[in-house]
Amino acid sequence: MTDLLTDPESVRPTRAGSTVEFRGLRRAFGTTTALDGLDLEVRPGELLALLGPSGCGKTTALRTVAGFERPDTGEVLVDGEDITRVPAHRREAGMVFQSYSLFPHMTAIDNVAFGLRMNGTGKAARRARAAELLELVGLANHAARFPRQLSGGQQQRIALARALALRPRVLLLDEPLSALDAQVRLTLREEIRRLQQQLGITTLFVTHDQEEALSMADRVAVMRAGRLEQCAPPAELYERPATAFVANFVGVMSRIPARPGADGTTVGAFGRTLPVHGTLPGPVGTDGGSGEVDVLVRPEAIGVTADGDGTSQIVGATFLGATTRLTVRLAGGAEVMADVATHSTAGLPVGAKVTLTLPDRPVLVDRHSWGNGGRSGG
Amino acid sequence: MARLNRTGYGRSAVLLLTGAYFLVPIACAIAFSIGIGAPRQALGFEAYTGIFGADGFTDSLTLTLKLAAATIALVLVLLVPALVTVRLAAPRLRTLVEIVCMLPLVVPAVALVAGISAVLRWGPDHFAGTPLFQAMAALQAPQFPMVLVLAYTLMALPLAYRTLDTGFAAIDLRVLVEAARSCGAPWPHTLIHVVLPNLRGALLNTAFLTLALVLGEYTVAAVLGYQPFAVWIVATSGSQAQMSVAVSMVGLLVTWMLLLLISAAGRARRPKENS
Ligand SMILES: Nc1ncnc2c1ncn2[C@@H]1O[C@H](COP(=O)(O)OP(=O)(O)O)[C@@H](O)[C@H]1O
Ligand SMILES: [Mg+2]
Repeated sequence: MTDLLTDPESVRPTRAGSTVEFRGLRRAFGTTTALDGLDLEVRPGELLALLGPSGCGKTTALRTVAGFERPDTGEVLVDGEDITRVPAHRREAGMVFQSYSLFPHMTAIDNVAFGLRMNGTGKAARRARAAELLELVGLANHAARFPRQLSGGQQQRIALARALALRPRVLLLDEPLSALDAQVRLTLREEIRRLQQQLGITTLFVTHDQEEALSMADRVAVMRAGRLEQCAPPAELYERPATAFVANFVGVMSRIPARPGADGTTVGAFGRTLPVHGTLPGPVGTDGGSGEVDVLVRPEAIGVTADGDGTSQIVGATFLGATTRLTVRLAGGAEVMADVATHSTAGLPVGAKVTLTLPDRPVLVDRHSWGNGGRSGG
Repeated sequence: MARLNRTGYGRSAVLLLTGAYFLVPIACAIAFSIGIGAPRQALGFEAYTGIFGADGFTDSLTLTLKLAAATIALVLVLLVPALVTVRLAAPRLRTLVEIVCMLPLVVPAVALVAGISAVLRWGPDHFAGTPLFQAMAALQAPQFPMVLVLAYTLMALPLAYRTLDTGFAAIDLRVLVEAARSCGAPWPHTLIHVVLPNLRGALLNTAFLTLALVLGEYTVAAVLGYQPFAVWIVATSGSQAQMSVAVSMVGLLVTWMLLLLISAAGRARRPKENS
């Protein structure tokens, strides 16, 4: 019997994961526009990370699903059904908050059982299920503790158990790890992911930490100023960012000064002409600059070869483990980051003259940014 | 060492002074009530034992306690939802609510009662025969004068607002409410099962302050012609000076006990589990 109770299968939601869809969501607070026409679809059973800089509207988007925020226009659909007018307590959305949100006057198990108590589940049944959920988050022996007797990580685990207790259609996580210290954050990250996959529950995970988003999510939706910038699986987002904003926000990008081609579809850098991925930013010369642009390339995609006649020079090296990040000063004075395998750095000492090469594929282009040492990233 | 001693003396002196300030009058009152210093009188506790049999004691005390209970209920029913709304939905109204609640501080009780009695006198002439007349009559029913409850509620607002607002400031109301709502709790359940238990200390303090206010209020009740406890004490003191002092002493004791009870209740953790 106990085996059956603690088996994760027994807490699996009866329905297969639900879909969540944002359609043209718009929400303004006075003069601030928090959501500016957000369109996004979350697939059944997937963990979708909402990633973006602070203030871009992630929390607002999540709160419209939970029912704590009403959009000015647009709608939220769950399983194809418009829930914009459904009150929060009937939305069947479990939520974990950024700040500690356990009810201070209840023990851990009472916190987890609260939702069941609200829907009229009998005392014995709700205690059994709450105990089962505590087991699931690994805190079965903390059932009788009050929130103030628990660490931050334990409190967030219990908040997670509480959110799962009613078998919600969607799980909403608003930066649940941001108040925790690094080590706890890493373990809990894995644990949330494991639980989510076991239960197959559709999950929206808000974070401003790109590493967290990339490591946990099935897909990552990058938001910027209340809109969706790109939504793709982590690998695709990293390898083929759709816009310069995404490229800069996800991972690290090297900026290489370049000259736009006359037809607007190519760009010249390191004496080569490369096709442009997407569009060139703005008509040449209208942004007050010289009309120059930067090509954005991942540091590991830049080839570095020692070359006595090279016009570039290595000015710094940072050991990162398997790779070493070289800082290379170009002839024009700009500095570029390039990652090379650590075992090949013997021939690339600081001060050496080198030649840089770019991969032979379409490149992202952004406006030239002055005084940038080649460093940009999230 | 010398410094330590000096601060020690200083502290004792302050304690002694404050102690004297409180205790000397109380000691004098007790002495008077048991007959010390009164010539032609034997020492004794008749004043105390006589209280319970005294004419009007039970009536006035019951009236006061009923008034206090109704006032506490009204204050909380008015203020708690108002403060929740202000904090969650309309933070801009906060200053307005605060000003309204503080108004009774600048309107003296005498002015308040003058206004009330003017209305009560003026009303019946104009509304005779209408339901409003009956309502006004009911407001002034001598067994339970609702008009006093309304007046006391107004007078208690400043204190109640302050204590409740402090209580609200100590909890993260928005997160607690939203957590409860996302657990499927409708508004009334959220209020009863999550908000109120976390405001327990503030609610008890408010109740206590309101109780103390109603126990000691004299002006409004006397001018409107009712006889709750405080008015009764003054009325008795004319005829039975010793007993009125004895009653005050008992009142003091009861108030202290209530204070201790409430602070104990605020401190006690409930070991029982709800679930
Ligand atoms: N209740 C509110 N009142 C006023 N402005 C708000 C409110 N909630 C959010 N905002 C504003 O909306 C923008 C987006 O907020 P939010 O969704 O919390 O961003 P994020 O979670 O991405 O950091 C911010 O500029 C924020 O100041
Ligand atoms: Mg946020």
